[in-house]
Amino acid sequence: MAIPNDPDPKLAQYAHPDKLVTTAWLAEHLDDPGLVVVESDEDILLYETGHIPGAVKVDWHTELNDPVTRDYLDAERFAELMRAKGIGRDTTVVFYGDKSNWWAAYALWVFSLFGHPDLRLLDGGRAKWEAEDRPMTTDAPAREPADYPVVERDDARIRAFRDDVLAHLGKPLVDVRSADEYTGRLLHMANYPQEGALRGGHIPGAKSVPWARAANEDGTFRSRAELEALYQDEIGLSGADDVVVYCRIGERSSHTWFALTHLLGYDRVRNYDGSWTEWGNTVRVPIEREIESE
Amino acid sequence: MTGTLPETLPDPLAEIVELFSSSPPRDRLELLLEYSQSLPPLPERYAAHPERLEPVPECQSPLFVATEVDAEGRVQLYFDAPAESPTTRGFAGIFHAGLDGLSAEQVLGVPPDLTTRLSLNEVVSPLRLRGAVALLSRVQRQVREQTS
Repeated sequence: MAIPNDPDPKLAQYAHPDKLVTTAWLAEHLDDPGLVVVESDEDILLYETGHIPGAVKVDWHTELNDPVTRDYLDAERFAELMRAKGIGRDTTVVFYGDKSNWWAAYALWVFSLFGHPDLRLLDGGRAKWEAEDRPMTTDAPAREPADYPVVERDDARIRAFRDDVLAHLGKPLVDVRSADEYTGRLLHMANYPQEGALRGGHIPGAKSVPWARAANEDGTFRSRAELEALYQDEIGLSGADDVVVYCRIGERSSHTWFALTHLLGYDRVRNYDGSWTEWGNTVRVPIEREIESE
Repeated sequence: MTGTLPETLPDPLAEIVELFSSSPPRDRLELLLEYSQSLPPLPERYAAHPERLEPVPECQSPLFVATEVDAEGRVQLYFDAPAESPTTRGFAGIFHAGLDGLSAEQVLGVPPDLTTRLSLNEVVSPLRLRGAVALLSRVQRQVREQTS
């Protein structure tokens, strides 16, 4: 049975209003059969300190990655994970998490690779839910294992690999890392971690829009008009563009991927999850940077 | 792991390492959570003067540290990390439980592969582990500055 969309007027402005829910809506629908809330955080212990009642945890580090190859889990593992979390193919999954839904958007993007039909993000994430004094619990959710079919991952639509990016040079790229990572300054700062990359800078032609600019102070997404000003007026993207977004390992850029795809309705946005930890370590790929070489 | 020399760890830290490495991966996270909860609050002289604590920018969430070396050469450690950052707090809690009250020499002798010895690689992301290593190196630098 399909769960209705959140009719909140704020969501109606976006291209795909069915992809977001408000905290008020979720509070009303927590007990809906056919809806599972998934918490996915940057801090992998945060869920254990308290979570939305009934929510299950998805650990991006141990559960969404292949344990050996640098890749996401395969179709068999994904189906197993879904069964264990009590998620069926027709379940409505609502993601939320810390840091303005940074990792929640990442988990949603990984689920999207498997084409799970009904995926939604809680606007404002964990911080907004807590700020509104909504219920939190440390009780483990009691979820029955579900059936889930083995569905092959489809990387082509929304995921870019290094060779795709090389072929994409000259077309729109968005670097969503901080300004210092973008310019290449970060590797030159004293006492700063190298973020696992040997070279600093950005992919040639990439425009810098740090991911958090798509979010308000309370972690909710900015209005459609504000997002258009940011991505269309400021860096000249348009809905007809073929766009690649990237960051360090693809998590921050999932948030931007979500904004471009579901809030502005761009239908050709790919997330390059190899991101800077691959590009900045790859021999002879071109790099631009804005600081003097030492 | 190559190059591990467990005998160089001071006793309290060695016990923590043993506790982690002998536990199944799932339980290691639970242990880290317990250490995050056991981190003592800051004493007033730091709580009222947060500028006396050194930030640890390598960590992905706010973390601040101060160390003191008393007249007998014993090290006292003070950490501040928000409750909504339990992983960061957990590492601070381990360092507090494992190092507070030891001699400066013992603190300076802790090897940088401590996080590997804690067997957390499987369950905690590399960037976080690097943050913990950075925390240790800042503690050791502060101790060195006060004893040299």
